[in-house]
Amino acid sequence: MLSKRIIPCLDVRDGKTTKGIKFKENIDIGDPVEMARYYYEQGADEIVFYDITASSDRRDIMIDVVHRVAEEIFIPFSVGGGIRTIEDMRRVLLAGAEKVSVNTAAVRDPKIISDGARAFGSQCIVLGMDVKKVEASEKIPSGYEIVIHGGRTYMGIDALAWAKEAENLGAGEICLNSIDADGTQQGYEMALTPLISENVNIPVIASGGAGNIDHLCDVLTKGKADAALVASIVHYGTYTIKQIKDELDARGVKMRMRW
Amino acid sequence: MIAIIDYKAGNLRSVERALKKLGSPCRITQDKEEILNSDRIIFPGVGAAGKAMADLRHLGLDKVLRQELEANKPILGICLGAQIILERSEENNAECLGFIKGDVELFAQPLLSEENERLKIPHMGWNGVRLQKKHPILEGIAPADEFYFVHAYYPRPVSDEYVIGTTRYGIEFPSVIGYNNLIAAQFHPEKSGRAGLRLLKNFCTWDGRYVE
Repeated sequence: MLSKRIIPCLDVRDGKTTKGIKFKENIDIGDPVEMARYYYEQGADEIVFYDITASSDRRDIMIDVVHRVAEEIFIPFSVGGGIRTIEDMRRVLLAGAEKVSVNTAAVRDPKIISDGARAFGSQCIVLGMDVKKVEASEKIPSGYEIVIHGGRTYMGIDALAWAKEAENLGAGEICLNSIDADGTQQGYEMALTPLISENVNIPVIASGGAGNIDHLCDVLTKGKADAALVASIVHYGTYTIKQIKDELDARGVKMRMRW
Repeated sequence: MIAIIDYKAGNLRSVERALKKLGSPCRITQDKEEILNSDRIIFPGVGAAGKAMADLRHLGLDKVLRQELEANKPILGICLGAQIILERSEENNAECLGFIKGDVELFAQPLLSEENERLKIPHMGWNGVRLQKKHPILEGIAPADEFYFVHAYYPRPVSDEYVIGTTRYGIEFPSVIGYNNLIAAQFHPEKSGRAGLRLLKNFCTWDGRYVE
């Protein structure tokens, strides 16, 4: 039986992780390679890197990070942030990432999904979606709208329609981020997540809002998510990945328990 | 030296990196001489069966692989490499290598879990392998170990004699198959953490002999 995945997300700027304190172990919390290895050894099922480097001429630093991570950890990991072209994808994948995620670039030009899927296979292409709840309307029938710029710009695109379109274009997975829930630690978006997950045939990773084990349990069961992204609750030491998996396993959520 | 067969079927670097971690010398190659001179062969691959077979034939590697199979050299197929060793694939209706009698089939829809929930296709993520037979390559692998899968098609040999391990995803499908010096895994050992590295390590020391 397929396990539900627990996926820590690391934000990286200029080759350094930007969050993460209160680690008891003696590791360099600013080093994405060490952080990745730490989570790998704790039983993370996959790792997501999000490159928030502002200037594009410093992107090579991220490629170097990907190279070094690939030599250290032997589970899938994906890289997102600043992926705008097929060539950007190729560099990240050749450096050793299993998957690459596109968000804003795909909203602006959906063809990057189909081109990427054709060049590298659907299993490599993750669509990142930033979503905000709005009044349901003719244009946004699901009541969830695609946003960019961290939620500041509304794109007039319905989230459910976009998820289905991306699947048709060849996306292999969706990372569904609720801007409303993100950072609140009040739980994942429990209406949006099943709405998307039950209407596509590709895996959905729920993102945004994890504050405790109940939230993770809910989104992986009632929320129909195939995987859950975790950030603050592991970076700030509230739980270790192992504690999360032990707890979820005890509650009957199928987890990979040996690593 | 281990030859990792390069026939343009996806990213082979992750296999190379895992072997490097294990300290096993390897080369990514499509050179016939180099393959014939290797001690063992890894035959990976992602992508579509039709294109993979066309590329293999174009490079003449289908014949090299058959020759090596018959020469009893240890061969490990991974993912697509565990599919195109059968006779044909439903994917692109491709004629395949035919090292194992049987077909490659698409998971039938709707695929339902034991709780009657709809399962997504592709099968993507971590899942267990139930050992149907002992095999040197699975030495040290525990029942609770899981492996990373990404696939919509699965190998279906005509006879259980080829089935070493099975995995549950709506149906119980063969996830490790082989005979004699040929072994193949539908999952990605190079992306399957410690259990996957253990399997690769076992392969690196396997003499290619297998008796049930």
